[in-house]
Amino acid sequence: MSAITAMDGVAGPAPQDLPARAAFRPVEDVVRAFVVATMFWGVAAFAAGVFIALQLAFPILNLDLEWTTFGRLRPLHTSAAIFAFGGNALLGTSIHVVQRTCRARLFGGDLMGWFLFWGYQLFIVLAATGYLMGITQSKEYAEPEWYVDLWLTIVWVAYLLAYLGTIMRREEPHIYVANWFYLAFIVTIAMLHIVNNLAVPVSFTGTKSYILFSGVQDAMVQWWYGHNAVGFFLTAGFLGMMYYFIPKQADRPVYSYRLSIVHFWSLIFLYIWAGPHHLHYTALPDWAQTLGMTFSIMLWMPSWGGMINGLMTLSGAWDKLRTDPALRFSVTAVAFYGMSTFEGPVMSIKPVNALSHYTDWTIGHVHSGALGWVAFIVFGAVYYLVPVLWKRPQLYSTRLVSWHFWIATLGIVLYITAMWVSGIMQGLMWRAYDELGFLQYAFVETVAAMHPFYLIRALGGVCFLVGSFIMIYNLWMTVRQPVAVAAQPAAAE
Amino acid sequence: MPTKIEKDAVTGTMTTGHEWDGIRELNTPLPKWWLWVFYATIVWSIGYYVLYPTLPGLNGILGWSQRAELADGMAAERERIRPMLDRIRATPVTEIRNQPDLAAFAVAGGRAAFADNCAPCHGAGGAGAKGGFPSLADDEWIWGGDPDAIQRTVAFGIRSAHPETRQSQMPRFGTDGLLTPAQISDTAEFVLSLSGRAAVPVAVERGRAIYAEQCAACHGAEGRGMAELGAPSLADQIWLYGGDKAAIEHSIQVARGGVMPAWTDRLDEATIRMLTLYVHQLGGGR
Repeated sequence: MSAITAMDGVAGPAPQDLPARAAFRPVEDVVRAFVVATMFWGVAAFAAGVFIALQLAFPILNLDLEWTTFGRLRPLHTSAAIFAFGGNALLGTSIHVVQRTCRARLFGGDLMGWFLFWGYQLFIVLAATGYLMGITQSKEYAEPEWYVDLWLTIVWVAYLLAYLGTIMRREEPHIYVANWFYLAFIVTIAMLHIVNNLAVPVSFTGTKSYILFSGVQDAMVQWWYGHNAVGFFLTAGFLGMMYYFIPKQADRPVYSYRLSIVHFWSLIFLYIWAGPHHLHYTALPDWAQTLGMTFSIMLWMPSWGGMINGLMTLSGAWDKLRTDPALRFSVTAVAFYGMSTFEGPVMSIKPVNALSHYTDWTIGHVHSGALGWVAFIVFGAVYYLVPVLWKRPQLYSTRLVSWHFWIATLGIVLYITAMWVSGIMQGLMWRAYDELGFLQYAFVETVAAMHPFYLIRALGGVCFLVGSFIMIYNLWMTVRQPVAVAAQPAAAE
Repeated sequence: MPTKIEKDAVTGTMTTGHEWDGIRELNTPLPKWWLWVFYATIVWSIGYYVLYPTLPGLNGILGWSQRAELADGMAAERERIRPMLDRIRATPVTEIRNQPDLAAFAVAGGRAAFADNCAPCHGAGGAGAKGGFPSLADDEWIWGGDPDAIQRTVAFGIRSAHPETRQSQMPRFGTDGLLTPAQISDTAEFVLSLSGRAAVPVAVERGRAIYAEQCAACHGAEGRGMAELGAPSLADQIWLYGGDKAAIEHSIQVARGGVMPAWTDRLDEATIRMLTLYVHQLGGGR
């Protein structure tokens, strides 16, 4: 802290420029495997989403088979998107980031890495096959039964040990902010997963179990879990991703270290209490609803701290948005993050919630987060990572990245605007009275009125899916290029 | 890396001096507007805690609760419409039609109740549905189409569990071996002739005798039906279970008899009266 060196210009510090230090060999094969799995499950999740969107528009697509009904395919879609696509992206990037920013090899080495990879894929397959066969504990985002939960617990504890072990053997004196967020994600998900899945199996040879809690306590535990799956899986984890990849892509220092500290602690302190806003106007006591609502409101600025830090990191590098469409993905992701984390507190306000709850507005809100924030930040990271991990000079085609960006953005805009209109219309129709005080509409009339918007939503999903095919083609062609020659320092990372 | 604080050329801000994999951080202060909005949300929340329920036993100075709000709202609404409902209960159904304000209220209430309770089977607007769910918007009535008959059907149902339900049972002529397949075919041919659609005159003549013996008691000699027994007319183009020869043969074979629940235990008297008037004015009330 003593020496303040006024240097002109912070040059883009490639590792080659760093003073010579002991060589360190990060685990990379596993990260590559996670990147491949991310894209594989991503396409599966998007395709399942398009299919169930079409089922809602055309119920005949339920095919009159129990395995293909909306009720079973819907958790398949949500779990594929959150846990398979998002989860593989988080595990892969976190292992990459923690090694690079700590200058330490993954604790447990390749063996640990491969256990995490295959252990996690096994969890996904066990969960997915269960959904199709109708095995579920009927808790949203926690549908897998006890045997899958136990397996995930083992994998997750190993993940926590690997992560902590890597941080503990770091060579850097400080722990980088991305690692705080990744660690908050890993620790909190472990806690949420265990508590929300406390259940007694009917028998050890059967799949059925009963949850320990009942009634409103069960609902509260479920939404404590459910909301923090959003808060710590889909927010904190991906903020960790953002804090590494945006400075890397923009080649600029992080905007504010102080903001990162204050928004980190305020975010994780406040988020954990916000769950009751999922249970407004239910049997949940009023005071718990108050808690959920006010903590959601107070969460607004801590959430935006991440957005400010992400966007402002581009000061001095905004021109890169013109030339680097992969960075455009990351920055647009942060913009969608800012929008969703404003919309969320608004929807938690009770009078707003009275209109929005149980309508498609919620679905639109979730997807502006899932498609706009989560998927886009992953796309930006993967476009950056693939040339680095496969040691290729650059992406096969920047033009195709641009195409992907615009078609996916169009898809999101179609999706969320359709759901806003549909959801608000649905909510207004439910509460519409005629001049004599009788309900104006039957439920089925609201369903019929939503049909056109279901078509637009499905079209948005198709755009997003097509974009992901463009991405996979581009990545495939990138990997097929010749390996970068060592004499091209600007290219390899 | 050892700490090395530098000045960022672009923003003029100092770095924190740390570096990870080439990433550095600026020591920018918290944005003022961010901090003040954050404080404002905290102050707003504290204000909310003073006014509204915050902890078990801490109910806020407004004394608000969602249960009381709902109960008050429901009570106010009940009080508002009670005079109209009282009049509906006190006035014979046939008489309500002559009081325009009451009739308008009853039809509006009936429409809302119909959408919630009846439309799943009878269709929006009472259009009916295939497979035994009759249209209520035409002037063909299986159990009678005057207001009293409709009210009785709505209240007690058809072949329901209620002791006062409308009840009748057509024999299963084929299944129970009361008629041979050939006789069923002939009878169906005769039934077709009632709506002028028969193709085989000889079969019609053979069927006429069987019909007179087996069917006419309920469906009437000319097939015009009998509302007291819920026997539908066979002499028009309205068919609940299909009107081609195969469908008619099948109906004779297995016998039909739709079921409708009794609503008297689920809906109050005024709602049943409103439903009656709504259904009656759909198109074909007698």
